Amino acid sequence: MATQAPPASTNPPTDAPDAIVVRFAGDSGDGMQLTGGQFTLSTALAGNDLATFPDFPAEIRAPQGTLFGVSAFQINFGSRAINTAGDAPDVLVAMNPAALKVNLAALKPGGLVIADTGEFTKRNLDKAKYDANPLEDDSLAPYDVLAFDISARTLEAVEPFGLGKKDGLRCKNMWTLGLALWMFDRPREPLHDWLNKKFAKAPDIAAANIAALDAGHAYGETAELSAPLKQVHLPPAPSEPGLYRTITGAEAVSLGLVAGAQLAELPMFFGGYPITPASAILHHLARLKEYGVTTFQAEDEIAAVCAAIGASYAGQLGVTSSSGPGIALKTEALGLGIMTELPLVVVNSQRGGPSTGLPTKTEQSDLYQAVYGRNGDAPMPVIAARSPADAFEVAIEACRMATQYMTPVMLLTDGYIANAAEPWKVPDPEGFTPFPAKFLEEPRGEELLPYKRDEKGSRPWIKPGTPGMMHRIGGIEKDANTGNISYDPANHQHMTDTRKNKIANIEVPDQDVAWGEKTGKLAVVGWGSTYGPIKQAVRRSQDKGCSVSHIHIRHIWPLPKNLGELLSGFERVLVPEMNTGQLKTVLRDQLLVDAESLTKTSGQPFQIAELEAAICAYFDGAQGNEGGQVAANDQQLPSTVEASE
Amino acid sequence: MNAPVKIETTLKDWETDQEVRWCPGCGDYAILKAVQRTLPQLGSDPANTVFISGIGCSSRFPYYIESYGFHTIHGRAPAVATGVKLANPDLDVWLVTGDGDGLSIGGNHMMHVLRRNVNMQIMLFNNEIYGLTKGQYSPTSREGTRTPTSPIGSVDHPANPCAFALGSGARFVARGIDVSKNLPDVLKAAHAHQGAAFIEIFQNCIVYNKDVFDAFAAPKGAEGQQLWLADGEPMLFDKGTKGLAFDPEKLAFTVVDVVDGDWQAAGVRVHDVTNRVMAHMLAELPFDPFPMPLGVLYDDPAPTYESAVLAEREASVSGKEANLAKLLSGGQTWTVDGSAEDPV
Repeated sequence: MATQAPPASTNPPTDAPDAIVVRFAGDSGDGMQLTGGQFTLSTALAGNDLATFPDFPAEIRAPQGTLFGVSAFQINFGSRAINTAGDAPDVLVAMNPAALKVNLAALKPGGLVIADTGEFTKRNLDKAKYDANPLEDDSLAPYDVLAFDISARTLEAVEPFGLGKKDGLRCKNMWTLGLALWMFDRPREPLHDWLNKKFAKAPDIAAANIAALDAGHAYGETAELSAPLKQVHLPPAPSEPGLYRTITGAEAVSLGLVAGAQLAELPMFFGGYPITPASAILHHLARLKEYGVTTFQAEDEIAAVCAAIGASYAGQLGVTSSSGPGIALKTEALGLGIMTELPLVVVNSQRGGPSTGLPTKTEQSDLYQAVYGRNGDAPMPVIAARSPADAFEVAIEACRMATQYMTPVMLLTDGYIANAAEPWKVPDPEGFTPFPAKFLEEPRGEELLPYKRDEKGSRPWIKPGTPGMMHRIGGIEKDANTGNISYDPANHQHMTDTRKNKIANIEVPDQDVAWGEKTGKLAVVGWGSTYGPIKQAVRRSQDKGCSVSHIHIRHIWPLPKNLGELLSGFERVLVPEMNTGQLKTVLRDQLLVDAESLTKTSGQPFQIAELEAAICAYFDGAQGNEGGQVAANDQQLPSTVEASE
Repeated sequence: MNAPVKIETTLKDWETDQEVRWCPGCGDYAILKAVQRTLPQLGSDPANTVFISGIGCSSRFPYYIESYGFHTIHGRAPAVATGVKLANPDLDVWLVTGDGDGLSIGGNHMMHVLRRNVNMQIMLFNNEIYGLTKGQYSPTSREGTRTPTSPIGSVDHPANPCAFALGSGARFVARGIDVSKNLPDVLKAAHAHQGAAFIEIFQNCIVYNKDVFDAFAAPKGAEGQQLWLADGEPMLFDKGTKGLAFDPEKLAFTVVDVVDGDWQAAGVRVHDVTNRVMAHMLAELPFDPFPMPLGVLYDDPAPTYESAVLAEREASVSGKEANLAKLLSGGQTWTVDGSAEDPV
């Protein structure tokens, strides 16, 4: 379905904000992720730029009403370019006391709380560890509060459909969504269509949900309005002309892999094993068989990567995907892929670690694992996506490197990128440059030499089934030409060097500056999903007169050849990361640059404000600020740290 | 899947230029020769044949067969082979593994390749010891086996490879002995079976577990200790003077004497390779007082994994076109500044 976005307004009303942050929070069974997802779609259709942050517990259905069972979905949308999900919400929708308690600290002072009084019962207040009902004392005084019985109103709206109380209350999220649609002046039709389609087999449920949605919308529209609730219209954000859709990182990786395999002119074999937050990629690809995709849900992570290696050996593009703990299990097989020099794309959707860590929270702490984490000298290229939309291009790049250089490639995303959505200008496949894979079908000289390299240092790809080209490969050190087992000392030295140089000499684009000048006082160097908050923080700091630039690295291994020179144009280098300083180590190691760390491992993305504060510390006259740990109040969702301005 | 093209080859065509590096007298030599002798009889095409192995003495096998070969990592050969077969079901895949590789570190993958029923021949060389790592006890070592890691005898209960295979859902289970002249027949039966064909081959480790199978494998007295099974034939051994009868009271086999070749009178049972219950009983038959059942214990084909994957693909692909532009612009879209594209 295509919708024409209204033209971008050139003169937004002066009293309207140019961006708004809304957080929907409720029980993990309340359907908050669904509500957020649909609100996102309506926001995109209204032509606003946006970024989202789904934040949910690891438990599928945590006990109702508990603090640890709270699921939240934050969206930042506006009539200007949006890069992050927003530091602090302007509006918090709290479906129960626990949701209020967990999320209130994040709300902007003067922000709006919308609460369902129907859920603020003694029992739920106890579960949320409230001594008194916060809606009835003055604890919410710093905020605007709109509290009313959403539960009762929902039951009223769905009453004609004869649902029981339990089923009826499940429509609460649609009632709330209806109210939100009214608040931001959005059409309901796309939601009606979606509900009719989703519940095509249960028309009563569809009708009840639509009734709830309409009732919520009508509530906003009628005289029942309480004072704090105002309708806001955000004009569309200016953006490049073209066709747009929203896309999550997991979708973008999947589509990028499909496109990459097509550009390599290969069928794709995807071996996976369920793990949060990587499974979504397997889910997407399992539905794309017509694109030459075979998905294989293996018995474990090891089998998933080994089957992908087997498929690559047999002439397909082998791909596997996981998150940190699963990548750890695949590690020995990655060594096999490196030793046998077969193409393989490995996607790591990073999450909080070590061990099981924080399965549903985001982190960037697998960079060491990607770059250094294998036995032996086992180099492989590592690239990182910086946003959901960027993951599409990066996935194509991973396919290109894997097939052109006959090597496993590690593609890093993270839990934030995997789940978050943003608008994406749909690219035209005609504009992509193909990189067809070549198979060797007859010996290049008199003798068959499966390890004799081309000018790029890549060995030939020979498919079993090719007449007259029989040969053996394996994990034991190979003779430099024949590929036969070789324990010869000089040969191992030569092969170790060859493998190292092959990866080191992979052509990667020169590093550009994402924002700012090419020289200056401070370079803020990031990688992965910190792109949005760093960019905004650098822009704001520049506006205050700071000489700061943003450099964002896609190619982590090998690093762009010009990076050292580029960084030498700055007096100081600050590396914000959601780990304890892993890219910093690589930069120091590879470039001998005095990179300083700003680290955060709370399972939450950086906020613009905390980055801005760290940047400003370099310009406040504060000497010797080494960055260090961010002391943000983010036990829960993004913290309320204020900018230093 | 295409019908395999039969090629004329000789044993020599299946030998590589690599020096074979097993210990002199190792049972692996006999298995290698048996395989190299069998492949020409099958009409196999070296270019279409892939030997895939894990780690261990047995897993050096691919280097000595002039076909495609992949020496992978410890225990993972079934997973690699599954990927190979899904990518190209026409390839004729032989898996070579051992008791440690296939039942210990790779036991999980073995279970799944069998239950999925991926079409390949799986040769598990069972020597009841870790050879390449210098003689530690393995998952098939008998209790009390003295090794460097079990100096006063192992206390682990051994695994029974054929029982494991049946328990995992294998549709073909057979046993052979490295030096047995019958081994090529067992290999041929395995190759004829469409699906995962599991063959346990008793293999003598001359260095670390010498003659551990002698009680039934030694040529002297073998006839009294080996029960070679044949579909539709009575289960006789010891030159036809003894046989296996079924005791319905105990739900178990018993050994009966056969007088003057009248096995029917003695109640000897006829072997039925499709009888799964009997296959379980044969696999678990305790050697001494019983003979060692050898040959094809069970052979009852079921649809292969890759054929099911292909069928599902065909069904779900039919009528759909692979239009990348359409895929990329899927879901709900909007256009900015009235650019004219409408994806639907």
